Amino acid sequence: MEPLTNRSKKLAKKEMTFAEKAYLPAIAQGLGITLKHFFKKKSTIQYPEETRQRSDVWRGLHVLKRDEEGRERCTACGLCAVACPAEAITMVAGERKVGEEHLYREEKYAVTYEVNMLRCIFCGMCEEACPKAAIFLQDDKIAPARYERDEFIYGKDRLVEPLKTTETK
Amino acid sequence: MESVDLIYKTIYILVIFGITLLIATYSTYAERKVAAFIQDRIGPNRAGPFGLLQPLADAGKMFFKEEFIPAKSNKALFILGPGVAMLIACMSSAVIPFGDMLIIGGREVYLQAIEVNIGLLYVFGVVSLGVYGVMIGGWASNNKFSLLGAIRAASQNISYELAMGLSIIAILMMTGSLSLREIAAQQAGFNWNIWYQPLGFIIFLVCAFAETNRTPFDLPECEAELVGGYHTEYSSMKLGLFLFAEYINIFVASAVMATLYFGAYNFPFMHELGALISDDPVIANNVITILGVVVMFAKIFFFIFFFMWVRWTLPRFRFDQLMKLGWQILIPLAILNIILTGGGILLKDHFFN
Repeated sequence: MEPLTNRSKKLAKKEMTFAEKAYLPAIAQGLGITLKHFFKKKSTIQYPEETRQRSDVWRGLHVLKRDEEGRERCTACGLCAVACPAEAITMVAGERKVGEEHLYREEKYAVTYEVNMLRCIFCGMCEEACPKAAIFLQDDKIAPARYERDEFIYGKDRLVEPLKTTETK
Repeated sequence: MESVDLIYKTIYILVIFGITLLIATYSTYAERKVAAFIQDRIGPNRAGPFGLLQPLADAGKMFFKEEFIPAKSNKALFILGPGVAMLIACMSSAVIPFGDMLIIGGREVYLQAIEVNIGLLYVFGVVSLGVYGVMIGGWASNNKFSLLGAIRAASQNISYELAMGLSIIAILMMTGSLSLREIAAQQAGFNWNIWYQPLGFIIFLVCAFAETNRTPFDLPECEAELVGGYHTEYSSMKLGLFLFAEYINIFVASAVMATLYFGAYNFPFMHELGALISDDPVIANNVITILGVVVMFAKIFFFIFFFMWVRWTLPRFRFDQLMKLGWQILIPLAILNIILTGGGILLKDHFFN
């Protein structure tokens, strides 16, 4: 059969030399390599104390932003849910009542807004789809490991940005 | 024997026993650290400072595991196996001279538990008994993999004991004594046996690896072929004792290697240093002896490190390669070494006497 490429190497089985048969030089060489690694800089990152440096465009946990007056920006238009390739976002829209103007910016708002962090692939499509600049993926937070599946469904309580007055940052 | 001597011996044996166990305990920690460092990791560092409490945590975990005894196993032998392995491993450090003698109140105190004039034979006898623990454990498990592991351990130990014994004969021809104290004393200063017996040392080293079931000769516990080898069915502290016995064996093998080939407690310029420290021969002797103990343990620690270093460098042998190496290469080499040593001794007697 014709070889498909001309890159194949002809291998000839050579008789081993005495040094090769004696193993010891090769073993010494191997010991040298492992000893070199013994003194090398360790690549471990001590996780809870230090974290790996993230890229500037790193996409982590979602946040629902508020505007300058502390009102929720989200109007529950559902574009993020449509854009979401993993179908991780669900929401229920509601009408703003009189007297709630300081809470919600538009007349329509999200009564519930849930992101399933087990489905989410952190692609950032919701962020791109949002016309109100309400949802963002933070670059410094992650969805941590939990014991129960329910705990991965993040509701508004965990997604909405805290009010500026209570914010410690 | 005087009662003072008896009390001293009792205390000394207990101390040596304690040190043996301590070193074996921290060998597990050292092994994990060495493995980690060689693989560019950090290793255990959460339990205590630098992870120093890790062996205690491991032991605690071992004790709280379920004590499992297979239904069809031979219960008495199953329990006896790890006990025998541990007991025999602890026995062999009795004759090793960890230091020369101290002079306390005009009394000569030797830093050696038992001085027998066949010390070397005692070590060999006890070490070769070690295979019984593995063999009993593997047989009593009533499991094919355990049995295969045990058979491998037995055949491997017996094969390599031959080459080991032959490599020792060359040392015996040079020193003319089986007493470990005598052998150590003859290597005073820098007159170590390794300078005269490099080939013998390499043979002994390879055999020591095989005797302690360490990589590249850890075929009895070859998990790729035998699940877990002879301790497949063991759990809890019984498994712990098997693993622990292996570390004690490493300690003993290191101590024997240091004694036979690397001058035991001797170090270069020890007598000159003694004369320099003090004019009083008693103080000089004691200081040198204590330094000698430190040197002895430094040598032992180096060899323990070497065992681990090799473990994380070399892959395992195939069983037929192992047997071929033992019978067709090491034994002829050991015999050649005996002939060369004999020739050397004859030449020395002829020309230098």
